[in-house]
Amino acid sequence: MSILVNDQTRVLVQGFTGSQATLHSEQSIEYGTNIVGGVTPGKGGTTHLNKPVFNSVADAAKAEEPNAALIFVPAPFCKDSILEAADSGIELIICITEGVPTLDMLIVKKKIDELGLRLIGPNCPGIITPDEAKLGIMPGSIHKKGKVGIISRSGTLTYEAVKQTTDLGFGQSSCVGIGGDPIPGSSFIDMLELFNGDDETEAIVMVGEIGGSAEEDAADYIKDNVSKPVISYIAGQTAPAGKRMGHAGAIIAGGKGTAADKISKLQESGIHIAESLLHIGETVKKVIG
Amino acid sequence: MNLHEYQGKQLFAEFGLPVSKHEVVFNSDEAIQACNKIGGTKWVVKAQVHAGGRGKAGGVKLIESPEEARDFADQWLGKRLKTYQTDENGQLVSAILIESCTDIDKELYLSAVIDRSSQSVTFIASSEGGVNIEEVASKTPEKIIYENVDPLTGPQPFQARRISSVLGLDSNQAKQFSGMFQNFVKLFNELDLSLLEVNPLVINSEGKLHCLDAKINLDSNALYRHPSLVEMQDPTQEDPRESEAAKHDLSYVSLDGNIGCMVNGAGLAMGTMDTIKYFGGAPANFLDVGGTATQERVSNAFKIILADPEVKVVLVNIFGGIVRCDLIAEGIVAAIKDVGVNVPVVVRLEGNNAELGSQILADSGVEVESLNDLESAAKKSVELAK
Repeated sequence: MSILVNDQTRVLVQGFTGSQATLHSEQSIEYGTNIVGGVTPGKGGTTHLNKPVFNSVADAAKAEEPNAALIFVPAPFCKDSILEAADSGIELIICITEGVPTLDMLIVKKKIDELGLRLIGPNCPGIITPDEAKLGIMPGSIHKKGKVGIISRSGTLTYEAVKQTTDLGFGQSSCVGIGGDPIPGSSFIDMLELFNGDDETEAIVMVGEIGGSAEEDAADYIKDNVSKPVISYIAGQTAPAGKRMGHAGAIIAGGKGTAADKISKLQESGIHIAESLLHIGETVKKVIG
Repeated sequence: MNLHEYQGKQLFAEFGLPVSKHEVVFNSDEAIQACNKIGGTKWVVKAQVHAGGRGKAGGVKLIESPEEARDFADQWLGKRLKTYQTDENGQLVSAILIESCTDIDKELYLSAVIDRSSQSVTFIASSEGGVNIEEVASKTPEKIIYENVDPLTGPQPFQARRISSVLGLDSNQAKQFSGMFQNFVKLFNELDLSLLEVNPLVINSEGKLHCLDAKINLDSNALYRHPSLVEMQDPTQEDPRESEAAKHDLSYVSLDGNIGCMVNGAGLAMGTMDTIKYFGGAPANFLDVGGTATQERVSNAFKIILADPEVKVVLVNIFGGIVRCDLIAEGIVAAIKDVGVNVPVVVRLEGNNAELGSQILADSGVEVESLNDLESAAKKSVELAK
């Protein structure tokens, strides 16, 4: 088992013929991901990376029956692309793109929830289930099939957590980047629920950062609902207040969203804290080793 | 991106929201003329900076002659105003807003933000205006109402009525507010705001609602839709190194320490700062060089980091995901030669082709300390910075 994606997942890539989509789709295919085709309006009927290209998601849905959409279109077009995938009822939509306007996301998120679909991202590395499917931009080589589920707001921090859990031999069941934006399609809680119900996952690593209250909300949820051990690292302990630290969502506003507050709330709720970035793997080892 | 009050009021007026008759001046000679143009016998002069707390700092004054406006402009233009919201250097006053004086019966509070929990634009209103809203929220929470605007159905009249009730408005004022509420939402949505604040929103002596302040923050991700708003940016209000970094599409925040950081990825950049602190050092900055750390980007990043005279060592931390570390190493070598880096550089390369990258650094002849784990690299940087 794993969560969200596996070797059966039929992936449609939106913005398929663009340079980023091409680079990452190539690597996903090489990893063994079942990419069934792509969408680029105006290029329908051609092939790209030996896969069929369609003018619309609706056309692609009819011909290839994808159950996941992976979006690489530029930020101004993400709202349209996500809603187009949703309109065709694609149940898992992953948006990699950074820089989507927040008001676009308010509308998209509300619509996705109404339709009962699932959106991951935007501004995220995607999802990987090691040795099965890679829907995103993460380096496949650092992953190893195993028993730790990883959820993170940051791409490169996910890679650190992956590498440490791979080096110690634990490996990963699945890894999900939920993205660094203030209005993410899915929350820590959504992913915690899935990992908690996944037989293969023995422990969950949650990599958070300053800004908002997603980690605090997750702490409450974990306390009441998650039976598996959760290990957490929170980035931004040295971040100043009122400054956006790269990610649109990483800002301490009105004294709220500090790393210290998040860490103490997580500790109170029984979550194991990795005291630094270097201790994620070690903390997992202490808990389930 | 933040706007000045005078720019906010200009936008308020465009969206039919009541603001005082006003003029903005950039030199003291214009001040007298501005008062005469506005007319009347009393005016308020306000120093324009991107910070609150201006009144207490002497940046707002009630005046009764145009000459006083000129004197106020002379006093403040080109000077720095220090308030409880600025750092110790204060913010440069680049403009003065002059407006007609409003007789106030009552001060109220109104703001709208993108609320991450409710995932909507949320209005916050209070019958206590002109004061710190966080204080009101903690001491008298019953005086505050939060109203979420549904992103799909938009603002509804019943919500305006609910806010009016908490604000204690009479029926005429409630009617006026109902229209204003629609216009505030329109302004927020059409211009991609991330924050709008009117503190205070007042009831004037004629019993009408009036916006005495106008604070607007814009969503930087949406600026591509609003070229006219981009022109409103005032670089004098930003940290010069942060503005320079933004020009090169690099995300940079300056900090107090002496270890310069160059990292790919925002999360890892924060994690690197934390790791430096963990080993007893102090980061000089946050810098995300991005996923495609090309030579040009690395060169620009070095220039920005080294513009800070406090920097004694630079720690480059790259987790090569899709990007190959050998290409990044070549970029680092070229950038160090190009920029003429004169402090020690510690490089940690991990991931895709990391060994090859380290080899390139070792063979390059430039002086870099190449380590392939973050712990050693962070420790080394802290040691070199002492």
